[in-house]
Amino acid sequence: MDLLTRAGQALAGRLVRLVLLLAAVATASFALMVHSPVDPVDAYVGGDIAAIGPEQRAQIAERWGLDDPPLERFATWLGNVAQGDLGRSLSFNQPVTEVIGERFLTSLALMATAWLLSGVFGFSLGVLAGMRQGRFTDRVVTWWAYTLASAPTFWVGLLLLYVFSVSLGWTPVCCAVPVGVLADDVTLLDRLHHLLLPALTLSVVGVAPVVLHTRYAVIEAMASDHVTFARAQGESTRGVVVHHVLRNAAAPAVLLQFASLGELFGGSVLAEQVFSYPGLGAATTTAALGQDVPLLLGIALFTTVFVFVGNQLGDLVHARLDPRVAQELGRARRPRWGRGEPGEPLLDPGPLAPERVGAR
Amino acid sequence: MTGTLLEVHGLEVDFVQYERGLRRRTVHALTGMDLTADAGEVVALVGASGAGKSLLASAVLGLLPANAVERGNVLFDGVRQDAAGRRRHAGRGMTLLPQATGFLDPLATVGRQVRRSAQLAGHDDPRGAAAQALARRGLGPEVLRRYPHELSGGMARRVLVAMATLSSPRVLLADEPTTGLPPADVGATLRELRTMADEGCAVVLITHELRAALEVADHVVICREGRTVDTADPAAFTGDGDALTHPFTRALWQALPGNGFRVAEGV
Repeated sequence: MDLLTRAGQALAGRLVRLVLLLAAVATASFALMVHSPVDPVDAYVGGDIAAIGPEQRAQIAERWGLDDPPLERFATWLGNVAQGDLGRSLSFNQPVTEVIGERFLTSLALMATAWLLSGVFGFSLGVLAGMRQGRFTDRVVTWWAYTLASAPTFWVGLLLLYVFSVSLGWTPVCCAVPVGVLADDVTLLDRLHHLLLPALTLSVVGVAPVVLHTRYAVIEAMASDHVTFARAQGESTRGVVVHHVLRNAAAPAVLLQFASLGELFGGSVLAEQVFSYPGLGAATTTAALGQDVPLLLGIALFTTVFVFVGNQLGDLVHARLDPRVAQELGRARRPRWGRGEPGEPLLDPGPLAPERVGAR
Repeated sequence: MTGTLLEVHGLEVDFVQYERGLRRRTVHALTGMDLTADAGEVVALVGASGAGKSLLASAVLGLLPANAVERGNVLFDGVRQDAAGRRRHAGRGMTLLPQATGFLDPLATVGRQVRRSAQLAGHDDPRGAAAQALARRGLGPEVLRRYPHELSGGMARRVLVAMATLSSPRVLLADEPTTGLPPADVGATLRELRTMADEGCAVVLITHELRAALEVADHVVICREGRTVDTADPAAFTGDGDALTHPFTRALWQALPGNGFRVAEGV
């Protein structure tokens, strides 16, 4: 019961923070939108701009409330957002929520694959390099990680596309499904085949930091006192890594991997563009090029939630791996939110207490 | 069980360091350590911090980092062993009793760590052996689920003792096992080391607390700035220290509070 209430309180605290964050992001995005050179009427009418006169423009503007003061427009928009209405996307001619929902599912497969790939691959390589610090394996892995860290995603994507799709012809050049095939005839294998190269490209974004951080954590753990003690008890290098290092190195790697969801999304914008993969990243590009303000605002809000949830999950898993973190989080939060039992006094007044009693 | 279990003759350790760029620098950490420990003995290695006491323990177990260069002879059970050979004996005959809580894995429960020690020591039932080893030192089963940061200093020290002794070592290198402990725990730890020696183990008690060492030691080896300068009989540490032959040993004894608190010049 106590545990449940505490978990509930923690959840409520996190939700409050999310709402505050969303409010801040909404305000900033709306301010950017108002001051952007994009004219909503031009964007809406598009190529037919020459066909309508100034009266019609004024009519549309009045109908949309574009002449109202920005604060009033913001309030109206916020009210709609609170009711789940993000408006209608101009470039897709669909409600924004639907566009984001559909596109995100396609992107999710891509991002999840890339995320797992970079996490597992990066962690293993980092452990390997850390174990063999200073030796040939370590140098190769480190050099490779630095190269990847400094290579732009779109360039790596183009390179992979050229080698595997154009020269070798192993993977398709574009899209998430084969072109010209009915949706019902698309097999899972087809989808995986199309997913492979974009996911590989996207995983490149995340793999280098994980490798380098894990390597450092492993080196640090291998040099720590508890490993010396384990060795003094006859633990072999393999035993040291399995029993005394992996867990210690996993904590920072997990935290980093969850915190990198924002970069992952940023990378997906480029990767999806290169591979013409119809996900949320490509939709962002389309919305930006088509001056599709409702969709851009919707994606900004959605990304906020996505990254926030990622960071919170990272916190939880990290606390699970490192009990000291869990304790610190609990201790740091208690006084600030004024809940739970009062902390222990810094100085135990024990020795003074009897005298005080005697004085009375 | 008698006979000399551990002999260290003229052990020297250098560390090769690279300063900015490629300039090499050699640090002479140990410049001549001699020590002999027989089965059934407690040999105290006494010296100030930085005298190289803990380094000797690492060197004997073959646990020096890769940039260390060592010279001299170390014999275990009468056989000369190089660093790799001694490392093979770590946990199988020789072991370390470390000094502080930092030697416990901060991310693993006490139970997990003690069980692993029991497993390494070759116990058939690591779980049972771990619980038993802790219980012998007054730590109940609730301690198994705790993490090192949830232990008091004294409890952590008892966990370390339990882990180190699970393999029934023949040579135990105890590195500052009593530093920072309340007097009651100091006595208990020293008594446990004495008991282990009486059962046939060779105990090297590394400490800077001369007076505590005198209570249990059979010999006292004094070291200073990376070399051993004297081996003395604990009985000689009495009165004004006139029975002590080496001037540094005498100065060390006379510098203790209660013995005049004198700081000798020029020794």
